[in-house]
Amino acid sequence: MSKVVKNLTGLRDWVDARFPLMQLWNEHVGQYYAPKNFNFWYYFGVLSLVVLVIQIVTGIWLVMNYKPDAEFAFASVEYIMRDVDWGWLIRYMHSTGASFFFIVIYLHMFRGIMYGSYRKPRELIWVLGMCLYLALMAEAFFGYLLPWGQMSYWGAQVIISLFGAIPVVGETLSLWIRGDYVVSDITLNRFFAFHVIALPFAIAGLVLLHILALHHVGSNNPDGIDIKANKDPAGKPLDGIPFHPYYTIKDAPAIVGLLILMSIVIFFAPEMGGYFLEHNNFVPADPLKTPEHIAPVWYFTPFYSILRANTINFFMVPAKLWGVIFMGLGTMAFFLLPWLDRGKVRSIRYRGWIYKTALSIFVVSFLILGYLGLLPPTPGRTAVAQVCTILYFLFFLLMPFYTKWDKTKPVPERVT
Amino acid sequence: MTVDSTDIERRQFLTGTAAVLGGLGAGVAAIPFVSTFQPSERAKAIGAPVEANIDQIEPGQRVTYKWRGKPVWIIRRTEEQLAALEQMRDILADPDSTSSVQPEFAENSWRSLNQEYLVLVGICTHLGCSPSFRPLAGDVVMGADSVGGFYCPCHGSKFDLSGRVYAGVPAPTNMDVPPYKFLNESRILIGELAEGEGA
Ligand code: HEM
Ligand code: FES
Repeated sequence: MSKVVKNLTGLRDWVDARFPLMQLWNEHVGQYYAPKNFNFWYYFGVLSLVVLVIQIVTGIWLVMNYKPDAEFAFASVEYIMRDVDWGWLIRYMHSTGASFFFIVIYLHMFRGIMYGSYRKPRELIWVLGMCLYLALMAEAFFGYLLPWGQMSYWGAQVIISLFGAIPVVGETLSLWIRGDYVVSDITLNRFFAFHVIALPFAIAGLVLLHILALHHVGSNNPDGIDIKANKDPAGKPLDGIPFHPYYTIKDAPAIVGLLILMSIVIFFAPEMGGYFLEHNNFVPADPLKTPEHIAPVWYFTPFYSILRANTINFFMVPAKLWGVIFMGLGTMAFFLLPWLDRGKVRSIRYRGWIYKTALSIFVVSFLILGYLGLLPPTPGRTAVAQVCTILYFLFFLLMPFYTKWDKTKPVPERVT
Repeated sequence: MTVDSTDIERRQFLTGTAAVLGGLGAGVAAIPFVSTFQPSERAKAIGAPVEANIDQIEPGQRVTYKWRGKPVWIIRRTEEQLAALEQMRDILADPDSTSSVQPEFAENSWRSLNQEYLVLVGICTHLGCSPSFRPLAGDVVMGADSVGGFYCPCHGSKFDLSGRVYAGVPAPTNMDVPPYKFLNESRILIGELAEGEGA
């Protein structure tokens, strides 16, 4: 036994003499001091990483049997589901993983908002995170065309047409994205290239930058206070504990929990009642007929609702263009949070009632918009969506004021 | 100037010019990559006109053809449906089709060569879904007092039986009328105008 250990240590030292192995390990894991008061909300960064790995691995296996050709794509997915040994499992892992990715990312982002993790000096972590969010949305959108079902086809048609609303260059731009006058085999092929090569690389690179930026400034925590302000004589933060073994151990059960939840969906409800895999997507794409009811997958519906809520022409701009503008702004607004927030404290724990009310109204509007985006529009629902859209934007627009006026509580010296 | 001192200004000038020229080079190198995204010659060539038979269409019926990958509808309208077109004016956004994509002959309330037969690109002018055909008067989604039309399931735009858009819906303009011409009484050619017709 000891001989094995000796050989392994020897190997490690051999590598370490030629590559900064131990230095990397210590900087990012072994000696990375994280605040000791991380709670439930701090699981979701690691869980995003886990889902990313699942998506990449299952994705590679799917590509082995998938055909990016309008004539064969739909049938190749059915082939994976029926004829490839365990193919159904790989595919359901990938489709379920996509929805779980957005679940963990939305919770991860909400954590950042609650604890003011985007504030100085973590603005870049947040901005890189937002780039990841956009890249993930693009990845999901491109991937959704690949099964070449009815929802794939008409979803892509609608989203690409959004660019057509941009004045002057719009039509040329959507033609350029499609590479054809309608969504076609050409479109499918390039979306495939983006989905399996371009965006996965971009996402992996951004994740690396995201974590490097985090480790450079250090993690925030539920109290929103700076643990580097109180150090022991050796220079270690008094309120910090090394990531390994403390947080590796704490994260392990969370990962198991995530895998259990994902397995429940994969094995018992892979379509999740039409929310994870939409019913109409089991019908092959038909360019001549739109399904009676089309809605995007759940993770896009809040923004889709904002798009649909724009039914009024004003300032000489047609409603169609307003819809696109507001949908774009609705997504991009998060980028500005670090500069909109003027509060004296970071964490929600020490904020006053005004901020808490504003955040609650925002969350409720976001959820209502998401729910309405799943349903066909009626005049009543459109009116509700319009109110929620206004509340959604007020959260950002008024943030510099209510965060400043809010009566905050005193922040403790040390983490609680 | 001594041998090992640095001429900062000269160095900055060289760095600046190298950056600008390198940037230009990268920009030029991007052109072929950006250009491959444009429709290929093959994609452009698949735009041939399509022939359609109209003598089998019953009054009130719709048939669909595929032209340039898009649905083109031919609808044979009944007397009542045609008569109702004039009464729609108040609820339409552009009853005279002044801002539509269409041949000149369609600038009227029936928007077709032969009043009875409407030829339309079956694509919503909002974001490109294909609306559903709701020919019956008082259709639930079209509204109790409607005389029938088209309803887009994607974001709820409504069009009358000439493809004219209702006011207050997301779609900005009337549906497109493709160029087409009659080859004889019972056949039309979609994709080409007759001699002398303006686009
Ligand atoms: C592929 C997607 C992502 C991955 C893999 C990822 C990964 C991580 C990890 C491992 C951490 C450290 C653990 C933790 O604090 O939970 C972290 C922290 C953080 N992430 Fe992400 N992240 C992703 C997307 C995002 C997005 C979309 C945002 C926000 C727009 C974001 C904002 C942040 C912030 C602000 C922190 C620091 C939190 C703090 O110190 O309190 N991340 N991320
Ligand atoms: S695409 Fe028809 S209403 Fe939006």
